[in-house]
Amino acid sequence: MSDRLKLRSEESPQGAVVGDGRAKRILQAIVSANTVTVTVLAFVLSVVVGGILMILSDQTLLHEWGYVTSVPGDAFRDSWHKVADGYVAMFHGAIYDPKAPQALRPIENTVVNATPLVFAGLAVAVPFRAGLFNIGGQSQLIIGAVGATWVGFTFSLPMPLHVLLAIIVGMLCGAFVGGLTGLLKTRFGAHEVITSIMLNNIALGVLAWLISTKAFHDTHRQDAISKPVKDSALLPHIHGSSPEVNLSTLLAILAVAAVWWLLSRSTLGFRLRAVGSNPDAANTAGISVARTQVYAMLIAGALMGLVAVTQVSGTLSASHAMTNTLDNGIGFTGITVALLGRGKPVGVALAALLFGALNAGGRVMEAATQPTVPHDVVTVLQAVIVIFVAAPLLVKEIFRLRDVRRGGSGPAPSVAPAATVDSAVEPVT
Amino acid sequence: MRLELRGITKTFGSVAANSAIDLTVEPGEIHCLLGENGAGKSTLMNILYGLLSPDSGEIVVDGEVREFTSPGDAIRAGIGMVHQHFMLVPVFTVAENLVLGHEESRGGVLGWLDRRKARQDVVEVSARYGLPVDPDALVEDLPVGVQQRVEIIKALMRDAQVLILDEPTAVLTPQETEELFTVMRGLKAAGKSVVFITHKLREVRAVADRITVIRRGKVVGQADPKTGVRELASLMVGRDVRLVVEKEPREPGAVALSVRGLSVRDDRGQLAVDDVSFDLHAGEVLGIAGVQGNGQTELVEAITGLRPAQGSAELSGRQLIGASPRTVLRMGVGHIPEDRQHDGLVPDFSIAENLALDEADRAPFGNMLMLDLDAIAKNGADRLAEFDIRAESAQTPAAALSGGNQQKVVVARALQRDPALLVASQPTRGVDVGAMEFIHKRIIEQRDAGKPVLIVSTELDEITALSDRIAVMYRGKIVDIVPSDTSNEELGLLMAGGGAEDAAADEAAPVSDAVPVSDAVPSAAEPTETAETAEPAAAEPADTVPAPRAAESPVAEAEAEPVRDATPEEAPAEESSETADE
Repeated sequence: MSDRLKLRSEESPQGAVVGDGRAKRILQAIVSANTVTVTVLAFVLSVVVGGILMILSDQTLLHEWGYVTSVPGDAFRDSWHKVADGYVAMFHGAIYDPKAPQALRPIENTVVNATPLVFAGLAVAVPFRAGLFNIGGQSQLIIGAVGATWVGFTFSLPMPLHVLLAIIVGMLCGAFVGGLTGLLKTRFGAHEVITSIMLNNIALGVLAWLISTKAFHDTHRQDAISKPVKDSALLPHIHGSSPEVNLSTLLAILAVAAVWWLLSRSTLGFRLRAVGSNPDAANTAGISVARTQVYAMLIAGALMGLVAVTQVSGTLSASHAMTNTLDNGIGFTGITVALLGRGKPVGVALAALLFGALNAGGRVMEAATQPTVPHDVVTVLQAVIVIFVAAPLLVKEIFRLRDVRRGGSGPAPSVAPAATVDSAVEPVT
Repeated sequence: MRLELRGITKTFGSVAANSAIDLTVEPGEIHCLLGENGAGKSTLMNILYGLLSPDSGEIVVDGEVREFTSPGDAIRAGIGMVHQHFMLVPVFTVAENLVLGHEESRGGVLGWLDRRKARQDVVEVSARYGLPVDPDALVEDLPVGVQQRVEIIKALMRDAQVLILDEPTAVLTPQETEELFTVMRGLKAAGKSVVFITHKLREVRAVADRITVIRRGKVVGQADPKTGVRELASLMVGRDVRLVVEKEPREPGAVALSVRGLSVRDDRGQLAVDDVSFDLHAGEVLGIAGVQGNGQTELVEAITGLRPAQGSAELSGRQLIGASPRTVLRMGVGHIPEDRQHDGLVPDFSIAENLALDEADRAPFGNMLMLDLDAIAKNGADRLAEFDIRAESAQTPAAALSGGNQQKVVVARALQRDPALLVASQPTRGVDVGAMEFIHKRIIEQRDAGKPVLIVSTELDEITALSDRIAVMYRGKIVDIVPSDTSNEELGLLMAGGGAEDAAADEAAPVSDAVPVSDAVPSAAEPTETAETAEPAAAEPADTVPAPRAAESPVAEAEAEPVRDATPEEAPAEESSETADE
């Protein structure tokens, strides 16, 4: 790749020096294939793929593309409108809608959608940094929810205490399942992915059984649903009307800060990162790999417990009770969020916001477009982003980016920014 | 085949691993590529073998410019490579390994292997070049020296005309090394060329016809094997180096570490250390010599709490066996693990973080709850200066350092705590002469400060240079503990299980295999003479070479040899090849 770039720059004299030092540095930082650049470009690529999907999903457009050689105007114009309308609707739904009565509403939607994903992403990121793949978010979430719901409908306590108790029990139950996975791995050598999958199945079974028992089932209803938690156990809302931004959002911000502190400032986080990067060296330096990994899984489980509380006592759940579809795939979405966020707390928060925005915007897009652009496009968008992020080499190849060596003193100045910007634009246009 | 590299340049980021390197390998010569770790030898050879593509420059084979994009291209052009880490499948037989990737089968794609043909080929090639192997032996059962021979045969079966040997002697006993040299001379006699990569000066002088010295990606000079060790060393390092470890004789103190009846099992459950007992005194360096894989690793792991064991090892009365690695470290044991990449460093961590790895929860680096980042950074900067770790700053990730500097980080971590016992495994493995000098000095400082030091090394020179006493391990037992002025020959014999148990030696050490080698290649019968007949052209040094001192006195020579605190007079007697050179 680098050879190709060098050639280009040598051929184009106008690309020798562009702008002053700082501008050049910024350009170089963009051109060099760092993770931020790759992530942003992955997003751009997925938008392109999403646009193609929108066109493909529309019968009229497909018909127009059928005679594109004779009347090219129709197909291009209508396709452009289609894609533009779709993405504009999505933007209105997720970020800002000038025509809406409440200007902050879309952002609220995004935040509410993002909140559980923040916890779930962190619950994957923390074990990931300790060298573990937490695929068991589902089971940690479900068991956490069982605990939180039970506390929610059983006790009668004043509001702040009841909420606090539900949160703590939810976290403890989630941590129990997470810790179990960690213990099975470190004590008995069972691979965490295998045990997690099994625990997920067990948790689903336990949930289905529990909500049919007298202790949990809501006797006023025919369907499989648990008793709702009492109002005193609901998370207090802190902003807006409906859907409200509630306490869980605040907790999510705290969780991001706490995990950041844990990973970069605490002794446990130091050990955790050491174990994740080189367990043998950590062991030789007197760090107990087993204990550290169990801690990581306990933390992960507790974070998934917070998702559980958000799901049961939060705003998204209208019934404030457990159903069979309680987890809503969040345990797995957490994996993609963590991957997109590169396992860093702030990255996870940003990735969760992006996914939250896509979810919120997708729903509006589905309602606003005619003929309908299905919400599934959003799922595809998310998947495509993640695939591109997971295959940085592919993105680099598409955009002709240069790989920059870690710890190197930056790219060589011989490469002209202008030449590379040209090439970066190519595939998009 | 005449092989020529012209103006090879390869840069990684801003680092020039090779810049405009010219190298010519004549047919039938042993060409030695000498250079420190990170000098660019391996990059150059990987380019030649088609694993990397050069930024500029060309490879010329017999006057024809060739381009290698994969090892397959290089092999077809007649270039063979024996990597430092063997590329063999342990559970396959020798014959199976040798046909791997070139299997001849009968009955088309779904056919079966023609094992008989494979065996015949192996037997034929091994007889032709005097490289005896049993084609039916499983590779995992073979000694390292024989495995290496299998690698060489593999290259020869692909009709290699130029054979690249990447640090081939790192894993061999002195005897096995001698055998390898015999094989190399045999190949030369058969018209093949050998490119021998090493940083061991004595080996270069023993076997090379021509020496090319590489430093920091550039060819800094050519030399002939008669060049003195010290000159080669300073050419390689770029400054004057003292190869002698300066060490005053000292009276050892009381027993500090007492090991009794220690038995340790390896990962496969085999008894790796078998009822070993020894004492280590305060202010004494005890060197554990032995060929790799004779239980030294397991012995160290047991003492440092990394591996369960039976028996006892008491440090000033406190039991080390059964304690966790953490407890052992807290008792004041400083441990330099044998493999810095595997057990020493966290690659993503900065130098400063790596230096705090074992004590992150203790002052000054932090407490049970949180780290003191300032203290960690300050300690990093201090050690960087003290141990001359070459890096941009203490915040540089360990993965970005060269091998020698990585080793310095590991050594600094073990020494910064002022350990009550220093256990150093391969303290200078893969480290260049300059760093080696420094690390040795620091180890001797520990001893002089009255601390007990346990050194494990497969480098005999290192053991003899540092130790006050030498314990030789063979098959999990300490064969003998001898004074440090024991000759290399004697130590070599002990390392092969000789001395007390001669019978055991024969089956294990491939010494007996060596006999047919010299038979098959009569011209190599006088090894030292062959090495002497260097081409006159090779003697012409490049302009960067410091002018060789005309009359190299034997005294200066001996002084430069890395042998203990020997008097100059007795040093040359140790190495027959050495004396022959002079």
